[in-house]
Amino acid sequence: MSAAAGSRTAGGPTEEGPTEEGPSEEGPSEDGLAVCRLSVRFGRVPAVDAVSCAVRPGEVLAMLGPSGCGKSTLLRAVAGLEPTEPGAVRWDGVDLARVPVHRRAFGLMFQDGQLFPHRDVGGNVGFGLRMAGVPRPTRVARVGELLELVGLDGWQRRNVATLSGGEQQRVALARALAPRPRLLLLDEPLSSLDRALRERLASQLSDILRRTGTTALYVTHDHDEAFAVADRVGVMDHGALLQVAKPSQLWRRPGSERVARFLGYRSFVRGADLQAAVGEPLCDDLGPHDLVGLRPESLLVDPAGPVAATVLDHRLTRTGTSLTVEAGRLGAVEASAPGAHELAVGAGVRLRLEPAAIAHLPGAAP
Amino acid sequence: MSDVAARLRPPGQPLGPTVLLVVAAALPLAFLGVFFAWPVGAIMIRGVVADGALDLNGFGQVLGTERTWRVIGQTLAQSVAGTLLAVLLGVPGAYVLYRCRFPGRAAARAFVTVPFVLPTVVVGVAFRSLLVEGGALGFLGVDGGFAVIVAALVFFNYAVVVRTVGAMWAHLDPRAEQAARALGASPWRAFRAVTLPALAPAIASAASLVFLFCATAFGTVLVLGGPAYGTVETEIWVQTTQFLDLRTAAVLSVVQLVVVGASLTVSGWSRRRRESALRVQADTTTDHRLRAGDLPAVAVTVAVVAALLLVPLASLVAGSLRTSAGWGVDNYAQLATTGSRGTLEVSVWQAALNSVRIATDATVIAMLVGVAICVVLSRRPRHPGGRRALGVFDAVFMLPLGVSAVTVGFGFLITLNRPPLDLRSSAVLVPIAQAVVAVPLVIRTLLPVLRSIDPKLREAAAMLGAGPGRIFTAVDLPVLGRSLGLAVGFAFGVSLGEFGATSFLAQPDRPTLPVVIFRLIGHPGGDNLGMALAASVLLAAVTTLVIGLAERLRVQTPGAEL
Repeated sequence: MSAAAGSRTAGGPTEEGPTEEGPSEEGPSEDGLAVCRLSVRFGRVPAVDAVSCAVRPGEVLAMLGPSGCGKSTLLRAVAGLEPTEPGAVRWDGVDLARVPVHRRAFGLMFQDGQLFPHRDVGGNVGFGLRMAGVPRPTRVARVGELLELVGLDGWQRRNVATLSGGEQQRVALARALAPRPRLLLLDEPLSSLDRALRERLASQLSDILRRTGTTALYVTHDHDEAFAVADRVGVMDHGALLQVAKPSQLWRRPGSERVARFLGYRSFVRGADLQAAVGEPLCDDLGPHDLVGLRPESLLVDPAGPVAATVLDHRLTRTGTSLTVEAGRLGAVEASAPGAHELAVGAGVRLRLEPAAIAHLPGAAP
Repeated sequence: MSDVAARLRPPGQPLGPTVLLVVAAALPLAFLGVFFAWPVGAIMIRGVVADGALDLNGFGQVLGTERTWRVIGQTLAQSVAGTLLAVLLGVPGAYVLYRCRFPGRAAARAFVTVPFVLPTVVVGVAFRSLLVEGGALGFLGVDGGFAVIVAALVFFNYAVVVRTVGAMWAHLDPRAEQAARALGASPWRAFRAVTLPALAPAIASAASLVFLFCATAFGTVLVLGGPAYGTVETEIWVQTTQFLDLRTAAVLSVVQLVVVGASLTVSGWSRRRRESALRVQADTTTDHRLRAGDLPAVAVTVAVVAALLLVPLASLVAGSLRTSAGWGVDNYAQLATTGSRGTLEVSVWQAALNSVRIATDATVIAMLVGVAICVVLSRRPRHPGGRRALGVFDAVFMLPLGVSAVTVGFGFLITLNRPPLDLRSSAVLVPIAQAVVAVPLVIRTLLPVLRSIDPKLREAAAMLGAGPGRIFTAVDLPVLGRSLGLAVGFAFGVSLGEFGATSFLAQPDRPTLPVVIFRLIGHPGGDNLGMALAASVLLAAVTTLVIGLAERLRVQTPGAEL
């Protein structure tokens, strides 16, 4: 099941190419969305390069990647807004190539809302229902229900131009959900909002998607958002899908150094070196040539810790103190300490390893 | 049709919208093909075909004369001067009338449009009445000529700049300029660095329109130019009607078409380079009360409105109220008659009724054709081939603007008078000719607004289940709302005042108001001149009223449906 494990036994470099969970691994079930070797080209440049993935009914799949990696283009191609060549988008096993955008019954939520400026909140939320020919009383009830769901109870008559960014995105979500789309596509839905609002909305959004049992493909460049919302997370870069896995799996076992770097692992050390530095066995399957990815949270300042290090640099962060240290065989790595610490550059500190916060990468060739 | 659609369709793209686009492109193309390209083409052929064989000697002969080059030079000079002045004066006007809030703004907007809808002959007469002995400016001793013609052209085209630029300005997101101010730019710097480039598409659009109007001005030049002055347009008319030299006229038509085509290509190119998706906002939130910083713009606008627009109009109204026995409404009472010595076949009132009916038909035709064209031209094809095709379409649909209405009218007469299409005795000919003249204006009014709609808004509608038709009615139409009213008003105004083509085509027993006015001016005995002025005032009043009403059609409440 795990791609990391799979590639590890193969022993080959996993830097390039989609590593795991192609549709072939999805089992015989064709339910939900299946994307098969989908490519989108802008001129000669491939924006999406032979990407395969699947979203099962009721599942939320997040596509994570830096800006310009092609994740939004992938989303638009699934929506039918970008011509694809070659490749297929299937829903419940049915090829959608000939199904126009408005007949796919997919919902799309844009980064900047794209609310209809000439309609009020109710008119926006009810738009899809009107297109579907839903009778007025049902429509009114459904609009009310959705506005309640997104926490804007009774806002039907408000002018959308007067809404704040967060309110606009709530309306956009209600609008996209109203016609009960088979699949909801979310294109960086929270990226234009400030951090506090984004964090609050991400958990609400996750909650709403769960409660409504919505199948969703969620594109974002924000790890926290992806991990908060998704059942599984895919990592994209340069048009290619590098890995798809459950958040915990992705976090502990990134398929490649590239994926690990994108997730925030900043230094990589050989398993044997780490083992020697810590002085105790880490885990059973860590081979001497395997790589371990370290984040600032992986090495914690602890007077009783086994690793001796010298402070090269330090700064305060949201969660405490972040340090760059020189730690013997490990070289220059990052570490952290909860709370604010006054540390002098050049001072010695002792560190302990937090085993839950390291990534275990398939080994490089010996 | 489906074959074509299939070939045009990018892989993976659904079929429906493309079929609709092809139909939307085919209908106006067919209309303009039959009612524009064919008649004008027939005239052109007269210029290059002699005795059934290609013969380009006509060009050598016509272009070899000093008279031709003088005419071309005067045409270009008056067009450049008229365009520059109209833009320089019109941009401050657009700011004051569309970005500032003050009592009477709606009336002021309607007023600046009045000159534009006046028949060109009447504009000429109004300016002339200022300059003749006893007129308000008689002491200048100027009698027509270049400066007066340019003044009349600016008088006529000021509204084009104000309204085209203003409609864009009213929709412009003010935050970009605010950002520039916050970055340390002075108001003037911010205007130059941010607002002006954002307005550039609208300004380029307006300038190309004004240039073409100036280059093809007919009635004004005819009345104000005097015998030594002529433009390509009047020369075509002179050659056709005075010297009966169809060949020279045809050659000149080709020359005009080349000049116009070149200027359209240049303007289209410059516009496309700058056109980008502007953030469209509700215009109710972007204007502000007049403040001290607006003083220069207000001063320019007041000066233009008072000196350039008001004085000639006042002179016109005063003239209409002047009778042989002092002041009175005698001239208006005479409108129920057919003029002194039976100059007219019907009363002026009857002609006014004809005008309204014909202009209504013409407006309906022009809107149907114009909106279809705009829908096609506002798409953003992904393929370079599609983009090039659109560029060509863009220029082709603008051509009627630059071809003289005289040529169109004359072309109708020589092509649509025999099978397969014998429409000479049909009442639809005049509205069709007027629609051909009005279509480019409809396009120029609607297209910038349509192009500024974020394509994602249409995608949002499609994702919610709206098909291509529903997308148009749900997204494009409401944003167009105000501009549609504006386009209807423009089309109606142009049709009401259209003279060049109508003068060829109107049946004697069914004349329009401008035709009647021209006839009265041509036979100035008795009360006829006074009647002509009174009829012009009537025409101005009707058009102002119509455009004022059209403006009120626009949708203001959120959630309202068109």
